[in-house]
Amino acid sequence: MSFTDWRPTASWETLKIRADMLKRIRAFFADRNVLEVETPLLAHAGVTDLHLHNATTRLQGPGLPKPTTFYLQTSPEYAMKRLLAAGSGAIFQIGKVVRDDEISRRHNPEFTLLEWYRPGFTDDDLIAETDRLLQVLLGTAPADVLTYQAVFLQVLDADPLTPEGIAMIRRELETRGYGDALATEEEPDVVLQLAMSVLVEPAIGQTKPCVVKNFPASQAALARIHKDDSRVAHRFEVFYQGLELANGFWELTDAHQQRARFERDNAQRIARGLAPQPIDERFLSALESGMPDCAGIALGFDRLVMLKIGARSIEQVLTFPTLRA
Amino acid sequence: MANYSTNEFKQGLKIMQDGEPCVILENEMVKPGKGQAFNRVRIRKLLSGKVVEKTFKSGDSVEGADVVDVELAYLYSDGEFWHFMNNETFEQIAADDAAVGENVKWLVEQNVCTLTLWNGKPINVTPPNFVELEIVETDPGLKGDTAGTGGKPATLSTGAVVRVPLFVQIGEVIKVDTRSGEYVSRVK
Repeated sequence: MSFTDWRPTASWETLKIRADMLKRIRAFFADRNVLEVETPLLAHAGVTDLHLHNATTRLQGPGLPKPTTFYLQTSPEYAMKRLLAAGSGAIFQIGKVVRDDEISRRHNPEFTLLEWYRPGFTDDDLIAETDRLLQVLLGTAPADVLTYQAVFLQVLDADPLTPEGIAMIRRELETRGYGDALATEEEPDVVLQLAMSVLVEPAIGQTKPCVVKNFPASQAALARIHKDDSRVAHRFEVFYQGLELANGFWELTDAHQQRARFERDNAQRIARGLAPQPIDERFLSALESGMPDCAGIALGFDRLVMLKIGARSIEQVLTFPTLRA
Repeated sequence: MANYSTNEFKQGLKIMQDGEPCVILENEMVKPGKGQAFNRVRIRKLLSGKVVEKTFKSGDSVEGADVVDVELAYLYSDGEFWHFMNNETFEQIAADDAAVGENVKWLVEQNVCTLTLWNGKPINVTPPNFVELEIVETDPGLKGDTAGTGGKPATLSTGAVVRVPLFVQIGEVIKVDTRSGEYVSRVK
């Protein structure tokens, strides 16, 4: 191995812009009385999500007589929700998270997430606040806000909420040369995720951010099911210039449903030959004790800097990407 | 041959696709935050030379292709095959017309070429970047023209035709870049 690549991959100019953006984010939330918090990077449990992989490490010391597995968090969500349940009020966090098995020009395994929670907000309220933050930081025009169903109808003329529509989307992917990726895949959500990534995303949010809301209920993650249409959930994502920038929920507060989702994740993991993951019981206890009605969002800060400077690769906004850390 | 998982994909990796050995030119992971990851790769098919895009579900495996590059010296052609030899083991191997292709015009006896072997059979022959060849035919140039404006076609001993400066004459040996097919210099 060569160690001559010791220099940072970001320019000084970019690092100054990065520092300035952090300052402006803190000012944005200070103006709105949102409290900055820090929660642990290492926790006794990780996530059960099928497509997220926790890196782990082992710790020992007083109180931990034997080396014990700790999970590097993929987002500070569970800990921040414990703060909300404990009565924090509105909170935000800017911190490092780690996602194993994600390296590309848009992904670094260790990256910086901006995550915030707003008691009393709905997903629509939080979409408006996120849009405002993007306008302040990037000088963007007001975002387009469309439903998941509407973007698929617009771009592919197919309804992602019906089996017939999903079959059409699958055929379209095959026609356009993406068939190999689906050769061993029957799961409708994977078909939709591929179509979203390679067909829909390039067609939306190019000149101004695009918020896609009402994701299918099967991809609800930690969002509550939609109050008027049980086929979809109060989950939204923000896309801009080819980057998936943020993911938000009008949060599920029901501990019972949350446990059922974790258990379903683990059942799907087992079905796919993946190891089931321990469930974060402290998070569920917090939900049981009662979490205020709130909306929350995680936004990739490094990608925000990429958009600010027009970077092609995430390396351009990091001091030292993982492959030269 | 081993299988490769998408995590092992990188530029230069040789894999089988559509029954043909291919080389990966570019590999990019696409992953929605909460969704399945995919690898989008650009590959060159080594038999047809075609460049195509493929998408795989991350974690899937594909069959590797037993493709290796070896350095062999060109010996001679018997009209049907072109014969090469390993200068260390003296082992000989014959490449057919499909493998040699257009590069036949750059084959010079004793020159060391790169042969791409698939399952031990040559599928491509790459000559050295520079070869020296004698001019067997060209128009007599104007005396005193050294600027080389425009130049003229010259036929080389292998049949290759390259543009040369006007002052270069029949019987002279020139150096040619085989990648571009361009004249580089005269060889004293």
